[in-house]
Amino acid sequence: MQKYRTDMYEGMIAETITVPGHDRTVLNAYFARPLGSGPFPAVVLIHHAPGWDEWYRETTRKFAHHGYIAISPNIYQQFGHGTPEDIAAKVRAMGGVPDDDVVGDMRGSLDYLKSLPQSNDKAGIFGTCSGGRQAFLVACRTKGFDAGVDCWGGRVVMSQQELTPKYPVAPIDYTKDLSCPLLGLFGEEDQSPSPQQVAQHEQELKKYGKTYEFHTYPKAGHGFFYYDRSGYRQEQAVDGWNKVWAFFENYLETSDKR
Amino acid sequence: MCTGIVENTRVSGSGKGPRGWFLLDQASVSYDHPDHAQAERAVIIDLLSETAGPESRIAVELTPQSARNLVRAILASISRGEAMDRDQERESSVIDHPVFSRTKSS
Repeated sequence: MQKYRTDMYEGMIAETITVPGHDRTVLNAYFARPLGSGPFPAVVLIHHAPGWDEWYRETTRKFAHHGYIAISPNIYQQFGHGTPEDIAAKVRAMGGVPDDDVVGDMRGSLDYLKSLPQSNDKAGIFGTCSGGRQAFLVACRTKGFDAGVDCWGGRVVMSQQELTPKYPVAPIDYTKDLSCPLLGLFGEEDQSPSPQQVAQHEQELKKYGKTYEFHTYPKAGHGFFYYDRSGYRQEQAVDGWNKVWAFFENYLETSDKR
Repeated sequence: MCTGIVENTRVSGSGKGPRGWFLLDQASVSYDHPDHAQAERAVIIDLLSETAGPESRIAVELTPQSARNLVRAILASISRGEAMDRDQERESSVIDHPVFSRTKSS
């Protein structure tokens, strides 16, 4: 975790790059890392349903500021280019991005980060909203991540009626395959995921003996980290971020395998 | 996308965006977390032109109750308009009838 001192040097590089995606596609990605040779742990960020937007660029830099090599690939790239809001609307109308594609996209970004000379060979995955759901899904279906953070991911629990060719399996049904410790942050007033669905997910994690931490915040709904939206909750967001830093510090900031 | 609830329908008409009027061909109606509306959930309506590209979009986020009010207003407007059209058709057929008779007798 970043320890602030007034006499410390700090610098980072942040830019758009391209990385491999699913099925040999090439994705734009926002990349940020601290200056220096490291070694640094890495984090892949999966953007939320509102799209590959400014908040995700800021959050990518936030991770770099805290000492992580961070990357946020544009998982909506197959739907074309435009403003994040317009592309997100197009994706929404077309029923979302297929789960298989997201898993492939994250594998590409993970491999890229671990290939960097500054990497300490540890990597986490972080996502909010639909990206939180996908972060859990990827942590179940991909080996190589050492920690995962699911922030208020809806539809981890899905009914049979909600399954589609793009979402053929409810993520909760992959719980037994979860390959790394999981941190979940949720709002008590959220309805997607509802507190009941979060409890159901937690039961499944217990059933398979997985390492996890779930925190459900009172007086918070969906997206309580988003300072630019009406759902922002300052106290809960500050505490939530502190839990993210502590969790990743615990699982990513040492080179020896646990 | 957290709910995945979306209903799409073809539409025919026009919409006005920042760059002026364009033809519409699709409406997408979702029930999900809004981007901007001050509500936990909203009815999100996107009026789109598939051919003109993603920037040709009219976006609306309404609270569920105001969306119901909008639906009622749309249906009431259509109902009154179609009733008026039917009345006008009846009136024009009454006016037309004597003309048809004169033509026939001449």
